[in-house]
Amino acid sequence: MNWKHKDLLDLDILTAEEIKHILKTAAPMKEILARPNKKLPTLRGKSVVMLFYENSTRTRTSFETAAKILGADTSNIAVAQSSVSKGETLLDTAKTLQAMKVDLVVIRHGSSGVAGFLADELSAGVINGGDGQHAHPTQALLDFFTMQERLGELQGKKIVIVGDVLHSRVVRSNVLGLKKLGAEVVLVGPPTLLPSEMNYLGVKTSYDLDKELPGADAVMALRLQLERQQSGLFPSIREYSRLYGLSLERLKQTGKDTIIMHPGPMNRGVEITSDLADSVQSVIEEQVTNGVAVRMALIYLLIGGTGSVVD
Amino acid sequence: MEGTPKNRIMDADGIRRAISRISHEILEKNQGTKDLVLIGIRTRGVPLAERIKERIAEFEGVSIPLGLLDITLYRDDLSTIDIQPVLHETKVPFSLDGKIVILVDDVLFTGRTVRAALDALLDLGRPSKIQLAVLVDRGHRELPIRADYVGKNVPTSSREIVSVCLEETDGSEEVFLQEKK
Repeated sequence: MNWKHKDLLDLDILTAEEIKHILKTAAPMKEILARPNKKLPTLRGKSVVMLFYENSTRTRTSFETAAKILGADTSNIAVAQSSVSKGETLLDTAKTLQAMKVDLVVIRHGSSGVAGFLADELSAGVINGGDGQHAHPTQALLDFFTMQERLGELQGKKIVIVGDVLHSRVVRSNVLGLKKLGAEVVLVGPPTLLPSEMNYLGVKTSYDLDKELPGADAVMALRLQLERQQSGLFPSIREYSRLYGLSLERLKQTGKDTIIMHPGPMNRGVEITSDLADSVQSVIEEQVTNGVAVRMALIYLLIGGTGSVVD
Repeated sequence: MEGTPKNRIMDADGIRRAISRISHEILEKNQGTKDLVLIGIRTRGVPLAERIKERIAEFEGVSIPLGLLDITLYRDDLSTIDIQPVLHETKVPFSLDGKIVILVDDVLFTGRTVRAALDALLDLGRPSKIQLAVLVDRGHRELPIRADYVGKNVPTSSREIVSVCLEETDGSEEVFLQEKK
């Protein structure tokens, strides 16, 4: 398969075949991660810039590690210390990056659509490292890779995603991709965090976790953004934990060797109990490792050739 | 097929005999199987390495370790090509330190694949020796690399293509010389 995209903004524009191609490319990348010597000459001379307007040590380090293993040069723009804090617009930042002839930009931003804006302005590739409540495609891809490793083909598999669906960009990208791969997806959460409009994604929604667990092949807990607790979207953390928190005991209802996932960072004792997070069913650490492999695959696919691709 | 079939330079029997001879030569040169490991370069180097492993097991009663090497990430032309090659897994589930590595490929041409394979191997460990076995040496080297074991030397013009077909990858057993289109 020939890769024809300049950017990765979300999973909606990718075909099932393209998603599978990324996952297939990530498999040999994971083998490299297990080596004592992890440095490759593949992207020698290429430059990758991390433009993170939101804090995210995990995602940024994952991208940076991936690019460095492939031999690319990486730079970090710490927005707080950059000209952005002096009032530089995103368009000007884009023009500066263009003038520096960078090959790839990874952007994270609090506003939805910023990655798309940057991609339109730059001839370099752009990877969306999370934009507002819109999308987080690389997190979704690493989730698929992890599920596929444990469950095999995702066609027909039941995936339950529980938590703050309303604010989650991870959910949107996951649903878009999982549907393409033929999985059955159920979104679960309290009514205030799972409005009925979420049905637009074309998946089942439910407010009752216990009812949805039987038959689930994977259950993904979303981070409960504790800062939003103050805004009254749910009565108390204790109640949330009782109704939607995952525990070893509750997971028995699936009747299967279900895998447990979490995009991190976890609130232990809130959306997931510690014994479950550290159990053999948990693939949470594996997700982090796979994140580097999947990002290596994407960086390779986006800038591994001459870059004369069309989006 | 990239060109028009021109003439067949090896048939199934010829390939089988070449593999047997190479296997004998490997044993002779290294005085047995001590510290020997085989590494097949994907794609067609892999079935060839498997066959050498089988022959050596028949001759000596010893099963020597076999690894698979994908050299895509070590290519020196990646930044000049439009469409990057598809990656496959490298599987070398044993240590290369102190081993005599027999690198196996189907055709030796410019030497650039072997150069990439040497880089990849040295990232995996520190073998005591690396030797190269190829089914066909067609000349036109661009780097100072030569094979230790050659199934058949085939003088070619640069306008020609050597196509190796193996049962495992192509469903037939033959080596063709073709004219580029």
